[in-house]
Amino acid sequence: MGARIERQKNILDYTLAALLRRKRKNAVLVLVYTLIVFLLASVVFFSRSLQREAADLLQGAPEMIVQRQVAGRHELIPLAYLEKIKKIRGVQAARGRLWGYYYDPVVGANYTLLVPESREVAPGTMAVGEGLARLRLSAVGDDIEFRTHDGSLKELKIARIFPAELGLVSSDLVLVAEEDFRGLFGMPRELVTDLAVQVRNPKELPTIAYKIAEALPDTRQILREEILRTYDAVFNWRGGILIAILSGSVLAFILLAWDKASGMSMEERREIGVLKAIGWETADVIQMKCWEGLAISLTAFLPGVLLAYAHVALTSAGLFEPVLKGWAVLYPHFSIKPYLDVSQVAALFFLAVVPYTVATIIPSWRAAIVDPDAVMR
Amino acid sequence: MIRIVEVKKVFNAGKPNEFAAIQGISLNLEDQKATVLKGPSGSGKTTLLSLIGCMARPTGGRIWLQEREITSLPERFLTEIRRKTFGFVFQQPNLIKGLTALENALLPAYPLGEPYGDIKKRGLRLFDLLDIGPKAQSKVEWLSGGEAQRVTIARALINDPAIIIADEPTAHLDTTRSREFMDILGRLKGEGKTLILSSHDPLVFESPVVDRVIQVRDGRIESETE
Ligand SMILES: Nc1ncnc2c1ncn2[C@@H]1O[C@H](COP(=O)(O)OP(=O)(O)OP(=O)(O)O)[C@@H](O)[C@H]1O
Ligand SMILES: [Mg+2]
Repeated sequence: MGARIERQKNILDYTLAALLRRKRKNAVLVLVYTLIVFLLASVVFFSRSLQREAADLLQGAPEMIVQRQVAGRHELIPLAYLEKIKKIRGVQAARGRLWGYYYDPVVGANYTLLVPESREVAPGTMAVGEGLARLRLSAVGDDIEFRTHDGSLKELKIARIFPAELGLVSSDLVLVAEEDFRGLFGMPRELVTDLAVQVRNPKELPTIAYKIAEALPDTRQILREEILRTYDAVFNWRGGILIAILSGSVLAFILLAWDKASGMSMEERREIGVLKAIGWETADVIQMKCWEGLAISLTAFLPGVLLAYAHVALTSAGLFEPVLKGWAVLYPHFSIKPYLDVSQVAALFFLAVVPYTVATIIPSWRAAIVDPDAVMR
Repeated sequence: MIRIVEVKKVFNAGKPNEFAAIQGISLNLEDQKATVLKGPSGSGKTTLLSLIGCMARPTGGRIWLQEREITSLPERFLTEIRRKTFGFVFQQPNLIKGLTALENALLPAYPLGEPYGDIKKRGLRLFDLLDIGPKAQSKVEWLSGGEAQRVTIARALINDPAIIIADEPTAHLDTTRSREFMDILGRLKGEGKTLILSSHDPLVFESPVVDRVIQVRDGRIESETE
């Protein structure tokens, strides 16, 4: 047992000494490798965080939304529709929602305006996202002017600012009171943006949706799952760019491994021959190469993953910012909560460490099974 | 005792460039004696040494090492025998560049699972014995030809083998260095090692250390002198 460990230790010692001989070459290799792992891990961590963000978002979303359609387009819906919906069996509650977008020409950004269900925002005030406050250089107590539907100006006082940690969606959010919302957009009292419906038993959702469609033929019903799909589509579109980066790094990685696999130098071959001739077994040589692959890939893997985590956690994947900026002008400072789960890291490990190590071993194995007498000449 | 019976070695068998390097050699090599294989270039000396040293398998015939028939052993056992029984001094130094002289000499011991400290002590003792103690930590690229050769001797001795095989050991050495080398071999023989050499250098086969000279030509034994 002790001899086995000593043997591994001796072989590992040799491997490290051998690696240190080609300091520059191996340093460049590790550097490139680290960069690839970094990109790969950043993409994985980042998209994972976005997914979680979407899931969080959805938690608060109503199970079903009813929208009125006119000529195939979303229209304001009369509050009177609520009565018909509430009569349908299985409907627990239904309420009107008021929300919309406002373009602020001062900073060239779109805000999402929303009337909260609870009457937490007093008329004449608003609660805003951190991104908006930053963009307008405003603090709590400051007034912000809005241009109403008829061209007049309306001032709202910032009563509260959501902290950045609340995430992506809250960054451009403005919560206002109902009267301010209606005043701003000139929306009649009897209309709302859409209706949120709560049901007693989620299994009945499709049936209830069908009944609502029958009772109110000019509406369409959007189930939470469908919203999820929409969000997915948005995230996926962004994700597509990320996937491009991802496949790019995987490709680079394969090239690296390929280069390693095919590019065993004469020098290396000769060394393997010498080791075999002086009494190393094929297994010893393979173990040595295994250590070599592990040493290089782990030296690249650990810092690569740590850097990627820092990149996502501390700078909210700042390097991807130019790619993702189209999201909103407000994007840059939204901070995403990084999620780290073991399976992700394990997947990265298998993607990054295992193939490289295997790619290191196979050609050496081929070099190691030849008869050692070649060295005698 | 090494018994070689009707050994043949054919390279590239069945191909147009087929070549029979050893064409049936029978030979007994006694323990603790020094034997030199002598012969022109291409006569098969290196090939025969590699067969004796378990580096390659003969195409025909058998070789016994003590009571053990080695020609039919699987590769794993051959390696085992090679590293425990034989120490090699190759025609070329075959040192691994970038490592120190000492590290090179210790390499054959690594897979045996001895603690590094012990191996190192043994290596340093050998270096002192061979008068290259001060060169232990030098990179092998910087060594002179004679020093490099003595490092390969240290490497051959690190696992304390019973048999030392040296292929043209003096080819790269001047007269003084060659004499020194033969002195070292004499000492090793005195310690009870079996020596098997190949050489066409008179300094080797006329040396008093050598017990037996075997003349090889075209893969056959031509003559023998005691
Ligand atoms: N792998 C091989 N394939 C084909 N021919 C080989 C191979 N190895 C050796 N030979 C041939 O076998 C013959 C004997 O070679 P060997 O190296 O044993 O000669 P040698 O007596 O050691 O010569 P030298 O004194 O030049 O070292 C040579 O003609 C060589 O070309
Ligand atoms: Mg030769």
